[in-house]
Amino acid sequence: MTVAEHAIAAPVSRAVVAHAIAPRSSGRPWTFYALCTVFVFYVLALYGPMICIYILSFQDVRGGLVFPMKGLSLHWFVDLFTQVRTGDVKGAFERSVKLAAIVTVATVIFSFLAGLAFRRSFPGDGIVFYLMIGSLVAPGLVLSIGVGLLLHFIGIEGSWYTSAVGAQLSWTLPFGVLVMFAVMSRFDRAWEEAAYDLGASRWQAMRLIVIPILAPGLVAVALFGFTLSYDEFARTLQTAGSLNTLPLEIWTMTLNVTSPSLYALGTVTTIISFAIIAICLGTIATIQKRRASRAPTG
Amino acid sequence: MAARDRVFGLVYVSPLMLVLAPFFVAPILVVLGASFFQSDGFGGIIATPTLQNYIDIFTSKLTADLYTETVKFTVLTWLFSLIIGFWVAYFLVFHVRNPLLAIGLFLLCTVPFWTSNIIRMISWIPLLGKEGLINMTLIRLGFVKQPLEFLLFSSFAVVVAYVHQLTIFMIVPIFNSMARIDKRVVEAALDAGASRLDIMRMIILPLSKNGIALGSIFVVSIVMGDFFVIKVMSGGGSASVVGALYEDVGVLQYPSAAASAVVLTIVVTLLVALILRSVDIRRELAQ
Repeated sequence: MTVAEHAIAAPVSRAVVAHAIAPRSSGRPWTFYALCTVFVFYVLALYGPMICIYILSFQDVRGGLVFPMKGLSLHWFVDLFTQVRTGDVKGAFERSVKLAAIVTVATVIFSFLAGLAFRRSFPGDGIVFYLMIGSLVAPGLVLSIGVGLLLHFIGIEGSWYTSAVGAQLSWTLPFGVLVMFAVMSRFDRAWEEAAYDLGASRWQAMRLIVIPILAPGLVAVALFGFTLSYDEFARTLQTAGSLNTLPLEIWTMTLNVTSPSLYALGTVTTIISFAIIAICLGTIATIQKRRASRAPTG
Repeated sequence: MAARDRVFGLVYVSPLMLVLAPFFVAPILVVLGASFFQSDGFGGIIATPTLQNYIDIFTSKLTADLYTETVKFTVLTWLFSLIIGFWVAYFLVFHVRNPLLAIGLFLLCTVPFWTSNIIRMISWIPLLGKEGLINMTLIRLGFVKQPLEFLLFSSFAVVVAYVHQLTIFMIVPIFNSMARIDKRVVEAALDAGASRLDIMRMIILPLSKNGIALGSIFVVSIVMGDFFVIKVMSGGGSASVVGALYEDVGVLQYPSAAASAVVLTIVVTLLVALILRSVDIRRELAQ
């Protein structure tokens, strides 16, 4: 289903991709060059604008929202964390990271268990599956308003560490479970059966066989859990209570702030995202490499 | 063993249900319930059932305008993200010969998915603005004398931002479908004298259908349910269904907001169901 799957299943995809169709002779068909151009333009359009705002965030005090660059300094980063005008960026930032950490842990555990459950049919599996898809495609703001109203009726005050966690899980879990489906489809049940035959208990089989084999997939689920939560906006809008998370802060700034501090915030938040992505992909690659070096050759 | 497995299945899936029940099922039901009552104008709800909210929605010309506008953006985004996504996936699966390179390029396309959508959206401002990079370049090259106004805070900008954000949702499932195509089938077709166009039409398109359907579900449901991009990138020039709904919430008109949320949810569900008619999503995802 996902990127993660391909990162995990590198050896499998390798075999698949190795037999590219068209060119049996060494020449490339003209479509190769045409599509290569399309691809290059796509990647440029994908990253170009983002790179522009990172560059523009390093202007000095004269800086504006467009090129040309005016000076070079960290002025807007300092401005971002010291000005009251831009709101409580530091607090929002801390809340978002904590919230994402909570959501990640829950997403990994719940998705893993649901992935195990879906290996066999169980009563109501179809219902659970379609509820999950429904939660994935339902307009985020509608759910947000629903949760907000619900809290209002019950008379509970929502907060970023209670209601927002649940609201975000309704978004990260479907992704997590879908990644688990992709991962599980490559998990041979015979490995687990072999453990039982050798006298392993359910818990031993889980701890010694299932979890280590699925580890790269679980890291991928964590990647989805963290990044989707960290950037989540619509579902958090009505459920985070009185204190803002970072995306809510950015949203307010988008409407009010017309200085490069907005870009500086973009740069900071993207650095966090990229760091998480790099850590997760690096971990997956390391696990794969270690396995490859342990595997018998020949 | 089988019966025990079933019990464990239920146990294992219960945490997922403990999230979905209060945070998906309950809010939908609450919104549905609230849509049949009246607002007291102060964020409260008067406990007399009424259909007035729905009557207002279906008799208002505004509703038709909002849906026309939203559907317009949905169709344009879907079309462009499908065209770009299909060819990018095709390029990666069938044209890049080095498998490691293919995976690397695939990751390159997907990394922005894990970064902030809002930031990716505002990053178009320094490019598309009146004094932005594109206008300045065009003026310097002498193509235009006045900056092009339609680039930013316009329908154009809205579509650009959506396609920028959502093409990834097309690339990933289409890439997956295509990667599963047995290359021997294509080889056999070539041996039997099929042209490359025949292969595209009779093998690749039909076998990528599921991926296309899955990508379409994502793109359609996200654009229909979004208000954010339209609000910022159109500069207030265009409205959207969810944008109007959110304004109702802003002035504490919960019941009317709830009613339009219900109508929207039904519309999105119907669209998704329509797409699902052509694909067995559960088989596709669980494979």
